[in-house]
Amino acid sequence: MDINTRPKIIGARVQRREDPRLLTGNGAFVDDRQVPGMLHLAFRRSDFGHAKILKIDTEEAASMPGIIGIYTAETLNEITKPVIAFSNMKDYQATPIRALAQDVVRYVGEPVVVVVAENRYLAEDALNEIFIDYEPLENVVDPEYAASGDAVLVHEDLKSNILVAREFERGEVDEAMSSAAIRVKGRFRSRRKTAVAMETRSYLAEFEKSSQSLTLHSSTQIPGIIRDALVDILDIPGHRLRVVAPDVGGGFGGKASLYPEEIVVTALSKLLKRSVKWTSDRMEDLMSTSQAFDEIIDAELGLDSEGNLLALSADVLGDVGAYSIYPWTAALEPIQVVSFMPGPYRLANYRGKVRGVATNKPPTGPYRGVGRPASTFVMERLMDMAAGKLGMDPAELRLKNFVVGDEFPYRIGSGIVWDKSEFSECLNKATEKLDYETLREKQRIARSQGRLMGIGIASYAELTGIGSRISAAPGMPINTGTETARIRVDSSGSVIAYFGVASHGQSLETTLAQVVAEEMGVKVEDVEVVLGDSAVMAHSTGTYASRSAVLAGGAGTLAARAVREKIVEAASLLFEVPAEEIDVYDGLIHVSGTNRKMDLRELARAVYSEMGRFTKEVRENLDLEATKLYDPYFGTTTSASHIAVVDIDPETFKVKIEQYVVSEDCGRMINPLVVDGQVHGGVAQGIGAALYEEVIHDENGQVVTASLVDYLVPSSCEVPTIDVLHADTRSPSTIGGFRGMGEGGTIGAPAAIANAVADALAPFGIEINEIPISPERLYRLIEKARNSEKD
Amino acid sequence: MTRKVPINVRVNGTKYERMVEPRRLLSDFLREDLGLTGTHMGCEHGVCGACTILLDGDSIRSCLCLAIQADNAELTTVEGLGDIEALNPLQQKFREHHALQCGFCTSGMLMTVTDMLSKNTSLTDEEIREGLSGNLCRCTGYQHIVDAVRDAAKQAGDVSS
Ligand code: FES
Ligand code: FES
Repeated sequence: MDINTRPKIIGARVQRREDPRLLTGNGAFVDDRQVPGMLHLAFRRSDFGHAKILKIDTEEAASMPGIIGIYTAETLNEITKPVIAFSNMKDYQATPIRALAQDVVRYVGEPVVVVVAENRYLAEDALNEIFIDYEPLENVVDPEYAASGDAVLVHEDLKSNILVAREFERGEVDEAMSSAAIRVKGRFRSRRKTAVAMETRSYLAEFEKSSQSLTLHSSTQIPGIIRDALVDILDIPGHRLRVVAPDVGGGFGGKASLYPEEIVVTALSKLLKRSVKWTSDRMEDLMSTSQAFDEIIDAELGLDSEGNLLALSADVLGDVGAYSIYPWTAALEPIQVVSFMPGPYRLANYRGKVRGVATNKPPTGPYRGVGRPASTFVMERLMDMAAGKLGMDPAELRLKNFVVGDEFPYRIGSGIVWDKSEFSECLNKATEKLDYETLREKQRIARSQGRLMGIGIASYAELTGIGSRISAAPGMPINTGTETARIRVDSSGSVIAYFGVASHGQSLETTLAQVVAEEMGVKVEDVEVVLGDSAVMAHSTGTYASRSAVLAGGAGTLAARAVREKIVEAASLLFEVPAEEIDVYDGLIHVSGTNRKMDLRELARAVYSEMGRFTKEVRENLDLEATKLYDPYFGTTTSASHIAVVDIDPETFKVKIEQYVVSEDCGRMINPLVVDGQVHGGVAQGIGAALYEEVIHDENGQVVTASLVDYLVPSSCEVPTIDVLHADTRSPSTIGGFRGMGEGGTIGAPAAIANAVADALAPFGIEINEIPISPERLYRLIEKARNSEKD
Repeated sequence: MTRKVPINVRVNGTKYERMVEPRRLLSDFLREDLGLTGTHMGCEHGVCGACTILLDGDSIRSCLCLAIQADNAELTTVEGLGDIEALNPLQQKFREHHALQCGFCTSGMLMTVTDMLSKNTSLTDEEIREGLSGNLCRCTGYQHIVDAVRDAAKQAGDVSS
């Protein structure tokens, strides 16, 4: 077949190889694993937001049936080093995290005591018989108060509650702002969220007697980072500690940090020389898995009378919770908010100021979109407010200000560089799809009938597939910028591709097999993909920050090409023809233009097993495997425009999303089925962030939302049908032209929906400055507007 | 130790006689005692639907049920649908439409839909969404699940009519 007309594997809607096992109950999630004789844990957690631990009495509990042991900081912290998330950011203050709370508890839900028992029921029975005396300290709950200097310190030995602070300015912001014909500003509030993967966190440390080694099966996104951290914390040689992420039931960032329970499970397994398991229940998950998106943002945007952006200033106060999380640090979320605020726009003058402040709440960490859902919410609200003042259509204002054509690569005010991405094309496609003009007309009619219909646009750009030039978290000294792939054709002719990344719903087993198959010239079903196992790679981190398609895809491409070259070399010797005449396709090795061919099994047999096929000199240099590292260095840009059309019920204040379009540029697609799925899921989480999801702590730091009845995750009735459009333009900056796209849906949706709701309520002059826009908040806003109308 | 009581259940056609503690959850019984780990736990509160199974043909949440309540019952779990090498038509539709990502909610979804389609195969999208609303999925945004169910319903309807 002509090379150019061969069906491509990259870009095909290949059905997932993960599916048969997951559809039949044959998946292997951590909690599914049972090891004979394994022990179970239950944690007694803090009931206080902030308190001194005076005394812990475990005597009664220890004598209960089936109890193997009970541990507190006194006994467990002896054998585990504190975890410190380092950063080279100026003025950053780290907060050591201990396996169990030592002396002071800092949030409700913090693990204080652990019970080891023969089964979970017995472990939980014992929890009730543990008595802890606390001396309550002031609860630092309000982030502004926490930052004020009046509040007590969340960590006594720090200088202040401000763990991280940064300021930067590009251009002449004050001057530009004061010359602006149009100025819009507001105080915006994004409330605390959490990832809520359907599988709660689960850890099983298996103790292997013969080698005295441990395998931690962890529902983690970052097996490599966890392995390296635990090696230090437990002071154990790396070859005695393997971390495996098997099937993982969703992550979304919530499983991308090191957790105290993970340390406890592993430490106890090492100490007791037994296998130890712990699986979080949902209440624990809602109290102790990392949270996110908790910011107060004061921002102002200045434009000239034509609608050109002149200046932007943003002051972000991020509530980072009680600890600076490992490895990302407390800087991750708030710094990203200011860094991405200027969005996809041409804007010369920008000042960003940010502080991350500690409070008595669970630590914040990565969550899908990191910082960008909040920055996009603010910037896109400002754009709509400005369009309103200018009397200009919001789509037109955006098109006028997008970075275009020759302006790429474009450096935004925070220093981030956008490589060429289709900002304008994405928005144009979205408005076309919805027949925007007609839709606006429909809105005018709906309004005249008293209906509250709104149309909201959000455009954004994000950095994905970040290489070694910058860290995935600002100032973090861990290398998140490279990935390695190792591909091997073994003596049976099987192709096995090893990657350090992990998959928790991203379909990487399938998509990486597609990349390798196409680059090597074999069938996709012939490529076995091994992921998420610290033992198969010298170094790896994991899957987060929309990196795996770009980094693992790139490394897989390089390794596949290298193995293909070796196949060609061996075949050219066997067929006694020049290498140029060898073609590898569909798992067969041909001599071009002849019917001479062999399959991979025959080739592998000749290379590895058959004597006399090659000379000694050739054989010593001939194998069929390659290991390649890929570093995209800067990374690449992914962008999209979302448009939401909503209708608000004037009685119940329920926001119904009538239409939703995502028009995105994720570069070259590996599998469009998977891309669509990622977008749908991302938007669903963005809908949650926009309308429903909020972790609430009361003034004592107590969690009000400790079950899925109170923390509302969107169901099938709240998520509409989503139209997804693709620009599919290859990234100029990455091997394969891929751009990362796992997070985008969540970045655009809160802003698009907030704009749509504000648009629906424009007749009342209501601005939407706070998410989630719960019915209660809407009711208050509308009541206020109605009352002030009356006055 | 608490006393144990005997129960008899038939799961996916196989008979089991076991001694269980009266407080043991049906979900734990299935997962830990019988090793049927396809049934998942996402909340232990009856909210997420991950633990959905069929009891005498109707979908129930196994986290809200004690093992002893299933005494003498006929249970179907996801392991009782198709086989890994021979998916049943509903599982096949889920695969074709990419209706699962991490796959954690999937068993519960399949059991809910199995129940739903056994009662009615002419469903509007709204009815499908309504029927799925007790099963949370955090990955897919539901759209591909709705597509899969619509397609499966159509196929089942075509076959039976
Ligand atoms: S685990 Fe039973 S409904 Fe969630
Ligand atoms: S596929 Fe992951 S929760 Fe539904």
